[in-house]
Amino acid sequence: MLKAQGLACVRGDRLLFKDLSFAIDAGSLLYVLGENGSGKSSLLRMLCGLLLPEQGEVLWADKPIKANAEQYLANLKYLGHLNGLKDDLSALENLQMGARLSGQEVTEASALAALNAIGIARCAHLPARVLSQGQKRRVALAALWLSASPLWILDEPFAALDVQATEVLAARIGEHLAGGGMAIITSHQDVPIKAKSTFTVSLSA
Amino acid sequence: MHMNWFKFSSPATFYPLAGKLVPWFFWLATLLALVGLYVSFALAPTDFQQGEAYRIIFVHVPAAWMSMFIYVVMAGWAAMGLALNARLSAMMAQALAPTGAMFTLLALVTGSLWGKPMWGTWWVWDARLTSELILLFLYLGFMALQSSIDDPRRADRAGALLALVGVVNVPIIYFSVKWWNTLHQGSTINMGVAPKMAATMLLGMLLMALAFWMYSIAVSLLRVRCIMLERERSSDWVKALTAKGAK
Amino acid sequence: MKQAWLTVLKRDLLQAYRRRSDIATTLFFFVIVSSLFPLGIGPEPAVLSSIAPGVLWVAALLAGMISLSRMFAADFSDGSLEQLLLAPQPLAVLVTAKILAHWLVCGLPVVLLAPLIGLQYALPNEALWVLVYSLLLGTPTLSLIGAIGAALTLGVRGSGLLVALLVLPLYIPTLIFGAGAVATSQHGMSAEAHLSLLAAVSLLSLVLAPVATAAALRISVE
Repeated sequence: MLKAQGLACVRGDRLLFKDLSFAIDAGSLLYVLGENGSGKSSLLRMLCGLLLPEQGEVLWADKPIKANAEQYLANLKYLGHLNGLKDDLSALENLQMGARLSGQEVTEASALAALNAIGIARCAHLPARVLSQGQKRRVALAALWLSASPLWILDEPFAALDVQATEVLAARIGEHLAGGGMAIITSHQDVPIKAKSTFTVSLSA
Repeated sequence: MHMNWFKFSSPATFYPLAGKLVPWFFWLATLLALVGLYVSFALAPTDFQQGEAYRIIFVHVPAAWMSMFIYVVMAGWAAMGLALNARLSAMMAQALAPTGAMFTLLALVTGSLWGKPMWGTWWVWDARLTSELILLFLYLGFMALQSSIDDPRRADRAGALLALVGVVNVPIIYFSVKWWNTLHQGSTINMGVAPKMAATMLLGMLLMALAFWMYSIAVSLLRVRCIMLERERSSDWVKALTAKGAK
Repeated sequence: MKQAWLTVLKRDLLQAYRRRSDIATTLFFFVIVSSLFPLGIGPEPAVLSSIAPGVLWVAALLAGMISLSRMFAADFSDGSLEQLLLAPQPLAVLVTAKILAHWLVCGLPVVLLAPLIGLQYALPNEALWVLVYSLLLGTPTLSLIGAIGAALTLGVRGSGLLVALLVLPLYIPTLIFGAGAVATSQHGMSAEAHLSLLAAVSLLSLVLAPVATAAALRISVE
């Protein structure tokens, strides 16, 4: 479904990677490995279409993602380093509005259930401003319980999470993959995720 | 690192070519300027109304033409750079901006020098001078934006977009300033359009404009060479070049 | 698409409502700037009323400008801008919701307050109405054009001053037609020509500015 062909990335005057090609299909998990500064986040942003590749292209269902961006984006859920939460809105409002922006109608009950799944329901009505880093991350991750998109691209999803939340999240990603979804993940922790097929891409600095 | 960064043209081949062209354009500019100055200061007749002071228009008018022309050319390069993702075009846009700003400033200074004997003040809010002033702001904005962004690719693309927005706005700004000027009854002497434009006067202006044009090409080629070296310092061809120079 | 558009609008308005002091800052700035002129120039009503159109319009322009950096800066630093770019809707359309929110929060209050300041400047009734009309037609353009500048300078050092340098020259036509409308009505003439030109500039920027802003956001997020 998702194919990368001959991708190259240049930041400043440094070449981070080139001739990078891979493809993943329904049910597969792709780990992107590499040291800090090796271009993992850049690769993920490139796969989302946020960063234009210096060379090569990204294809979704054999069509370049630039050509039919809206169709591709409807199938994509991306979570970067930043949580995308508004400080002045409550966790619940953040979650609901975020989902609506990506074209889903979400009831308050299902949003609360999502927050509950990752163990943060008691903060639902607090403004994001007062939450800790880990709590904010969980609110952002709760969107995965609402997402129906087949392709998940997650940048360091386990960072700032405690052991319990890590397990819950790993289980949720496993469930997504078992249901025919795809996931592309960078991670420094070694978290076991159940998947039909697992690939890795290693970037060297 | 062999990458096709330049779909339009490769800097490795453009760099030496530009280097060969620069002296030729400088010579052309000097020659045209000498002939142009001779025509404008020796051959062109003295104006019966304005005396000798009018002769500054031989610098002022071509400078004003160039200042506008260069902005359009710059926006053209910028658009090409944005559409084709061609870095050389973006570098050309960046190289042209200071020259354009210089001609705008020249037009402003000569305009105010001309204004002193004509109107008795250094500055009048005449439509043409005001538009030139705004054009200078546009050039300065372009250069300030480019120089404050560190990542060269983002700087190129952001600058290009700004140049395009500017070029759409220039006619609107020009029209609005003219409208404002007629409303507030400005000067009666229309700068640049002398009552009877003698053929020699027109010739002088054209020669000066051509000289400025050649100068702009020479200087922007020179500048684009510097930009290339700076941007491509880690590429093979620059390393080969500097190694050769060091020997 | 309508749903996503409304969500963007609602989110921005809700935030502004929870930070009401921000709206007050813009308004306060407008009031202070326009109150400085009589102190600098003198209280002569004839003089004040002759400079009023220009002063009030410049003050409105500056008030709109100082709030520009807020339009995308928070979204840029907290990551919601990325999510906006990844929404499966045309970005240029979603951007109009953000621009509208900015205008409702920073532009509209100035429009409503302007006649009061106009009274201080001894503007006749007729001119006060034209002032409101002209601001109503012109201030959306300020938000629209300003959005391009705000998007281009995201995350750039010294962006506050830079945005002024980029955006103020582009504001000139709006200033000329807006202040001109008030001035002509002061002289007992019809301001229709000015107001139509102002509307034309607004329409043009409504068509072009969101597209340019969307492109600028994509460039800045890279």
